[in-house]
Amino acid sequence: MKKYLSFFKIRLIAGLQYRAAAWAGIATQFAWGGMTILMFWAFYHNGENSFPMTFPELSSYIWMQQSFLAMFMTWFYDNEIFENITSGNIAYELCRPCDIYAIWFTKNMAVRLSRMMLRCLPILLVAAFLPAPFNITLPSDWLSGVLFLVSVILGFLVLISFSMLIYISAFYTISPMGIRILATSVTEFFAGAIIPIPFFPEALQPIMYALPFASMQNAPFLIYTGHISGIDALQSIALQIFWFAALLAVGRLLMKRALRKVVVQGG
Amino acid sequence: MIELKNISKTFKVAKRNAGFSEVLKALFKKEYEYVKALQNVSFKIDDGEMVGYIGPNGAGKSSTIKIMSGILTPDGGECVIDGLTPWKDRISHVQNIGVVFGQRSQLWWDVPVIDSFELIREIYKVDDSRYKKNLSQLTELLNIGEIVKTPARQLSLGQRMRCEIAASLLHSPKLLFLDEPTIGLDAVSKIAVREFIKTINRENKTTVILTTHDMQDIEALTKRILLIGKGRILLDGSLSDLKERGSAHKTITIDYSGDKLPNLDHMTVSKDIGGHAEIIIDTEQVTASQAVSYISSKVEVKDISVMGESVDEIVASLYKEFEI
Amino acid sequence: MKLYFKYVGMLLKSQMQYKASFIMTALGQFLVSFTAFLGVYFMFSRFHSVNGFALSEILICFSVMLMAFSVTECFVRGFDVFPRLIQSGNLDRILVRPRNEIFQVLTSNIDFSRVGRLLQSILMLAYAVPASGIVWTFDKIMTVVFMLMGGMAVFASLFVLYAGISFFTIEGLEFMNIFTDGSREFGKYPLSIYGEGVLKFFTYVIPIALFQYYPFLYLIDRSEDIGLIFLPLLGFVFMIPCYCFFRFGLRKYKSTGS
Repeated sequence: MKKYLSFFKIRLIAGLQYRAAAWAGIATQFAWGGMTILMFWAFYHNGENSFPMTFPELSSYIWMQQSFLAMFMTWFYDNEIFENITSGNIAYELCRPCDIYAIWFTKNMAVRLSRMMLRCLPILLVAAFLPAPFNITLPSDWLSGVLFLVSVILGFLVLISFSMLIYISAFYTISPMGIRILATSVTEFFAGAIIPIPFFPEALQPIMYALPFASMQNAPFLIYTGHISGIDALQSIALQIFWFAALLAVGRLLMKRALRKVVVQGG
Repeated sequence: MIELKNISKTFKVAKRNAGFSEVLKALFKKEYEYVKALQNVSFKIDDGEMVGYIGPNGAGKSSTIKIMSGILTPDGGECVIDGLTPWKDRISHVQNIGVVFGQRSQLWWDVPVIDSFELIREIYKVDDSRYKKNLSQLTELLNIGEIVKTPARQLSLGQRMRCEIAASLLHSPKLLFLDEPTIGLDAVSKIAVREFIKTINRENKTTVILTTHDMQDIEALTKRILLIGKGRILLDGSLSDLKERGSAHKTITIDYSGDKLPNLDHMTVSKDIGGHAEIIIDTEQVTASQAVSYISSKVEVKDISVMGESVDEIVASLYKEFEI
Repeated sequence: MKLYFKYVGMLLKSQMQYKASFIMTALGQFLVSFTAFLGVYFMFSRFHSVNGFALSEILICFSVMLMAFSVTECFVRGFDVFPRLIQSGNLDRILVRPRNEIFQVLTSNIDFSRVGRLLQSILMLAYAVPASGIVWTFDKIMTVVFMLMGGMAVFASLFVLYAGISFFTIEGLEFMNIFTDGSREFGKYPLSIYGEGVLKFFTYVIPIALFQYYPFLYLIDRSEDIGLIFLPLLGFVFMIPCYCFFRFGLRKYKSTGS
């Protein structure tokens, strides 16, 4: 465990080096969030009654999305890992006394967290002082706050264990880049990154909520805004636990088989 | 003809510090330091010369090459190549030069090499007859007639380097820069590349400027050497000048019977493990043959060899002498 | 020009070496813009209109934007991935060749897989042209043509500007995404829906609205002003400062070599 921790720390410090990137990211995400909220504002004016969330809920959702973007971005994949697999260098990593699945998992967590850490607070802080209803507000009660914290960690784990599947697919396909862009567009859509899931047609929503993608950013953010609360929130968290366990199990199994293939064929 | 006069260049480099708190500090404030990459570099190279340009990493080699090829503008000084200033008359200047970067490729990775050649021909506007003549000369000398129909990604490093060199010469440049052309090559390819460079320099009178870390390249190819260190030209002369600048030491290695050497006058025993020893002599005090007969008179010698300093060692000692 | 087509042929040949990868990537490009379309579609199935614009009208706006973007992204890709050109040292190679730098950057990369995005925009336009109820007289057709041309000019300028900035900072480049990817994303809707301030910004600072919002008003008969037809062509003027900035960056590169 200790070696994964120190590995995590190295990645984290490396990620924190990029200060200009952090400022640029903050500016970008702030503008992006603002534009998204203005777009919804236009629709809100058009038909308040059709709006599936309250406007403050939506504002909070969008700002959470921007603050935690680096943690939940669906398009980020570590090229080093893909190159390692396609070039066959993976054979060297096998020589190290570490679990490759765990290493890759840690690496992804660290890169995302280091980016998020620099950007999250400034965005939240500024967004909190915007005029209502465009600002981000605190959760309505401390219970939602606690549930959010649990859910955000679980969502993070679900996302990474899903992206592990995409990395592993590189063992089996000649075009990891193609798989990657396909996976990105599907994840982005079903995770509620393009429009939040409550804005989807009612008929589609039950299916959407059941998919693993809704257990990524959707669950924690809806809990935070208060759109989901009480028993429903607990249910979402239970579903997150289920998806994390399932994706982890599938990923580990596929990884084991893929590595066996590498060993047999010699890369 | 190439003439550099008092070329100077200073770079501004951001400091990067380690440690968590330093990183946080750097978020708000960046510190810079100034590095003098070149200080009053001057030299002249005549048409048809072949010059080895050597120096340790970061000495200013690539900055000089970049200035001469028009990629970098110096802070001060003059550089005139065939009447043109590279960074001012970039397009007309580069029409007459060829550049091989040993670690980078100019060939299109996924298409047959000959297609890359065709495109390069268009870029340099080489006319038909000259292109055909150059292509046949190059494919023959470099022995690449068979492989030019293969995509570059399928070539071995040695094959690819030969194609790279051909690509840089299709427009018959008067001046050829070779940046580590033999890096990573196997022995056979190295020799082939060196032979080719010699031929092209002799037959086409192409001026060749070669940067390398491989001292065998220098020994095999160049009569003239420019040694640069910390942005200054430290030595401009022949290989024998360089050897003279090196210390006058030779190493004698012997196998002898017995377990310890007796004391030897004017000689330093650098290693003695009983039966095998290395002895360093100063040739200003005693010649090698004197030393050998002297040693033979002291112990029973089974095997003996005398070695002068290699160019590598001379350069290393020069680096030390100039503290670079 | 002949040389340009040689390059195009070469790059096409290279990319066709990996057919499976090419098709998958193109399909992915299509899917990315298709989900963006679904987002718009779902919003309209809930709200029916925004600021009085109907879905079929919005789709004209969206498809023109996407088409201009995808064509530009395909052919001006060299500037889009310019930081890589610097980092890999291939910019040095460009500088030791006796041709114009802009030309060489343009030909360093052309990404044909963007055809996926283009396909999505064509489908939307094909649907919206009859559905919008616009009477397609000559002036209306020309308006769309000018909108596309102006859009390509502005996006190309933005990519050149992006490349120019990468001479100074690579890390800080991300903020340019607001203008490139952001314009594509938020330009799905006429820029007026974001409010007065945003519209002004995208009129006077980054001239997106010149080819997106104003001529669109003429197209759907919200405005009678014939001048709006030609407004997109002002996008070509935007090229000048962006080009100058790139030259400025290149000069800096030549003096620092980094």
